[in-house]
This record gives sequence, C-alpha cells and structure tokens, in this order.
Amino acid sequence: MSASIIAEDLVKTYGAHHEVRALDGLSLTVNEGTVLSLLGPNGSGKTTTVRILATLLRPDSGRAQVAGIDVVKNPQKVREIIGLSGQYAAVDETLTGWDNLIMFGRLYHLSGRGAKVRAAELLEKFSLTDAAKRPIKTYSGGMRRRLDLAASLIVKPKVLFLDEPTTGLDPRGRQEMWEVINELVKGGVTLLLTTQYLEEADQLADEIVVIDHGHVIAQGTADSLKREVGGERLELSVNSENLDKAKGIVERLTNSVATEDSQMHKISVAAPEGTRTLIETLRQLDTAGIQPLDIALKRPSLDDVFLALTGHVAEEQIEEVVGAKSKRGKR
Amino acid sequence: MNAMRDALVITKRQLLQLLRVPEVLIFSTIQPVMFVLLFRYVFGGAINTPGVDYVQLLMPGIFVQTVAFTVASTALGLAEDMQKGLIDRFRSLPISRSAVVVGRTLGDATLNVVVLIVMAFTGLLVGWRPSSSLFEVFAGFLFLLIFGYAMSWMGVLVGLSVRDSRVANSAVFLFVFPMTFLSNAFAPTTGMPRPLQYVAEWNPVSTMVAGVRDLFGLEPIFGVTANSFPSQNPLIMSLIYIGLLMAIFIPLSVRKYKNVTPK
Ligand SMILES: Nc1ncnc2c1ncn2[C@@H]1O[C@H](COP(=O)(O)OP(=O)(O)OP(=O)(O)O)[C@@H](O)[C@H]1O
Ligand SMILES: [Mg+2]
Repeated sequence: MSASIIAEDLVKTYGAHHEVRALDGLSLTVNEGTVLSLLGPNGSGKTTTVRILATLLRPDSGRAQVAGIDVVKNPQKVREIIGLSGQYAAVDETLTGWDNLIMFGRLYHLSGRGAKVRAAELLEKFSLTDAAKRPIKTYSGGMRRRLDLAASLIVKPKVLFLDEPTTGLDPRGRQEMWEVINELVKGGVTLLLTTQYLEEADQLADEIVVIDHGHVIAQGTADSLKREVGGERLELSVNSENLDKAKGIVERLTNSVATEDSQMHKISVAAPEGTRTLIETLRQLDTAGIQPLDIALKRPSLDDVFLALTGHVAEEQIEEVVGAKSKRGKR
Repeated sequence: MNAMRDALVITKRQLLQLLRVPEVLIFSTIQPVMFVLLFRYVFGGAINTPGVDYVQLLMPGIFVQTVAFTVASTALGLAEDMQKGLIDRFRSLPISRSAVVVGRTLGDATLNVVVLIVMAFTGLLVGWRPSSSLFEVFAGFLFLLIFGYAMSWMGVLVGLSVRDSRVANSAVFLFVFPMTFLSNAFAPTTGMPRPLQYVAEWNPVSTMVAGVRDLFGLEPIFGVTANSFPSQNPLIMSLIYIGLLMAIFIPLSVRKYKNVTPK
C-alpha cells in the first residue's frame, strides 16, 4: 500500500501579524484506497488542512503531496485528480441541479454530450433525478449536500476531500450520506474526511487523526484510540442485598478495586481480560446464586477518547495561551 | 484556447442565471430607463443648454453612467460567489486561473449590450436623434462597451477584496456616483465652482461623454479650459484611461483571484 496523501509539518498562520496559528506542525499520511478521518473541535484547523491539500491555500511552511504531486509546486496537476466538497455546499443556487452539473462537467473539460451523460448518471446515483430541473434554492440541506458531492465526483477523482459532509443534516440525511460515502470508498477512492462527530469517524474511517490547536494529538484506528484511553470495563447491576457479595467476587477476580454506585446498585471494574473476565464473573455469580439484572462489557466511546485527549491538551496549553496571548483568534 | 473555453462556460452560467431569474435583467434595465425619463422630463427643463436640445446631450451621459456602473455589478457578482464558496470550488478545478474572472467580465459586458439596446430605444422614443453616420453611432456604442469592460475589471478587484457582498455594492456606489455627477454627463460643467471644473474636465466619465457626443455628431461644449488636452482630445484621453484601467486592474485582479481566501 502506498501513501496517497502526505502532509509534513504544515504550518499556516492567519492575520497581519501571524497571530492566528491555524496549523502548527501538522503531519499526516493517508494510504491509497483508505479513508482517513480528521477529527477535531471547532477551530482546530480541519478546514485549513483540507484547503491546503486541495491547493486553495499555500502553507507558510511544510510540505504536502497528493498522489505523489507537490501541492505547492504543481497545484494544477493536483486539481486534475482531486474532488473537493467544502464545508458549505458550494453550488450555484439560482441554477438547477442539472445546470450546475453540466457547468462543472464542462469545466472539467468533458464534451457537451459527455457532460450530459455524466450529469444524468450522478443525479440518478444521488437520487436527485426528480429534482434535476429545480433551482438549488428549493433543495433541502441534504439534497444540496448530495449535489455538492456529485459535483466533486464528475471526473471520478483519485483523491477526495470532504469537509464536514454531514454537518447540519438530520439523522436520515446523515445516514444517506454515509451510505453514499461507503459506496464511493468501495469504488477505491482515497478519502480524507473531516468531522466533529466521533460516531461518523468510527463509521467511515480506517484511520482517525485527532487534531486540536492545529496539530495532531492522537491517531490510530477507532479501536486503538479507545484502548489508548483506557481498556474495557465490566459493569453490572444486581439487587441491593447482593451488592457487597457481587463486589467481592469481581474484585477478587480482576484483582482490582471496583467502584460502586449503591443507588443504582451498579458495580464497575476495569476488565483488562475482557470477555474472559465477563464469562468467569457470570460463572461465579451463578455459583453464588446471584442473578445479575444487567451485565455488560463497556468500551470507552470515542466521545470518552475525545474528551480525554482534548481535555488533556487544553490543560497543557493554558500556560502557553496566557504567555503568547491567545494563539487562536476567532474569525 | 482552453482558457477561453472555460471562461465562456462561466459566462454562459451567468446568462443562464438571467434566464432563471429574469427579474435581475428587468431591474438592471429599468433603472437606466428611469434615469432617461427623469432627466428628460423632470430635471431637463431646468438645465440650460443653448443651441442644442438637452436630450441629445443627455443620452451619451446616461450611456456612460450606465456602463460605468458595471464596476458595481461585477463586484457584487464576484463577492456573492465568494461568499457562497463557489470561488473556492472553481479554484479547486483544473481550469485556467483567469477563466472565472474573464468569464464574469464577459458576462457583464453581454448584459451591457442588452441594457444599451433597451436604453437606445427608449432614447429614440423620447426624441434622441444622433446626427452622425450609422458607422459612427456604432463606434460610439463599441466605445461604451469597452469602457464598461475596463470598469468591470476594477469591479473584479473590489468584489474579491471585500468581506461581504453588501459592502461591495455600497463601496462602489459611494465612489461611482460622485464620479458620474462630477462630470459633464448631466449638466455643463460651467455651472460648477472653478476647482471642480478642472476635476470634471479630467474625469474619465467626462472624457467618455465628450467622446461619445462627438461620435454621435454633437459640437463639443467646453468648460473652463477649452485648450486642455482632455477637452481637445476626449476620445484619445478616454482610450488612455481605458488602457490604464485595464493595465492596472487586470493583473491585480488575476493575482488576487489566485490567492483569494474567503473572509
Ligand atoms: N481567513 C482566516 N483569517 C483569520 N483566521 C482564520 C481564517 N480562517 C481560519 N482562521 C482561524 O484558523 C483556525 C482554524 O480554522 P479552521 O477553519 O481550519 O478550523 P476548523 O477545524 O475547520 O473549524 P470548524 O469546525 O469550525 O469548521 C481558527 O482559529 C480560525 O478562526
Ligand atoms: Mg471547518
């Protein structure tokens, strides 16, 4: 597997005195045919990264390549092989969906006929055929997003950038978008996608890069990130009279201290051995004649990961921020 | 060649917009037509132009004012495209760096053709009769279109520089309105205080108006300085202005487009 997107030490500042440090030494690699999700809170530098990789913005320093082509030295070549769907749907609202796709097709240098064929294909694929002859103004948020994505797929890009593709969509719209994206990925495109939704990164990405304040604070698969923050925990609830007994059993088994929520009759303990601990616990509870009301292995959610990671970073940077007079400005 | 083809796709998009929302075209023609009627029938009676019918002087003035305002429509159009993220998207496409702005200026020039035709017919209805040859009249309109095109490039730079499309419009109006009134377009400059007469004399709008009046067969009307270069050679002076506008604003605009970031 070869790297399709490489960013090395990207730095980008905004403002007359470079007072906003949007990217602060960001590096990442996306392998060909895989999906990388760039996960970060508002203002962490997601859009800036995408804009640099899509040749819209020059980094102050650092290097970036897409499919082996340098984005700063050879932007026009890069533009031929990428598709970009920005954070806000960027289509001509007064024109119809059809007009828009024809226009973009012509700008990608398809013939008049070729543009029509492709427009029809894409409208079909994104369930927009019925709305094709309506101005975009009349589209719902989800339809707009889909049309925007369609416009970035006109020439079947090798590398696709999607900046927060589901922000502002309702659950159904999001689900539809995920399906579309999954299908694209099956087709072999290399995808870099930004999101603020942990669930989305979990659903779509092979690899997740968590950024904050313009640099990477963690990366890995959803699983490895969760493990990094802490292993699995066993949680069980029992009748109140059995609470102490059950607690004794799990503590002996895992050889560690369990926490107890006596109001909810709930016990929680670190379970480094995962399912083995679960089975063994059940067996011993059964032997002791205790029937748990509920028992489950809980893995930390990506939300936990995110909070743990960014919370940590925020603390670390308090001094810096005070010292350097707020590194991140607001737009 | 490809660059021109790309630009024409953008122009075509702009014309399609006009088909989809015809109100835009209607209102951009109603305004100058209203000006013709207002000046012809309301203010015209109060403006003294011995020896020549006011409407003959007025029409070239309004033509020039109208095309001068192309700077506003270009600025507004580009600022809106930028705000909607379309410029970003265009910049991510493998098209020539000048295609989008060239396309936009050509689109606005096309719109000017339509507006000028409607205005010319309105003029004819209210008594405007150019006395020169058909060829000269045609040259006069060509001249107007080229001036409008040059102003359009100034609009590109403004449109790509402002934070908000509403700012584009009002900033341009603040500048172009005085420019068109501080000229010989609607009244002879001889009524102005002396220092202003000099300003009006050199104002590109004045030289354009004088040049077009010349091409439409009118005798020149001189201000304070009949011997000054712009008074004597309004057509040449206008061409110099047009050349300057393009030489300054085309490279600046294209450069701006290459590096533009939405605010
Ligand atoms: N044109 C600009 N001028 C000044 N500062 C900017 C500009 N664009 C972005 N910034 C700042 O750079 C930082 C990173 O912005 P960026 O848009 O990349 O963040 P993001 O992760 O995409 O945020 P969001 O989730 O809100 O879209 C922010 O502090 C932002 O205020
Ligand atoms: Mg963003």
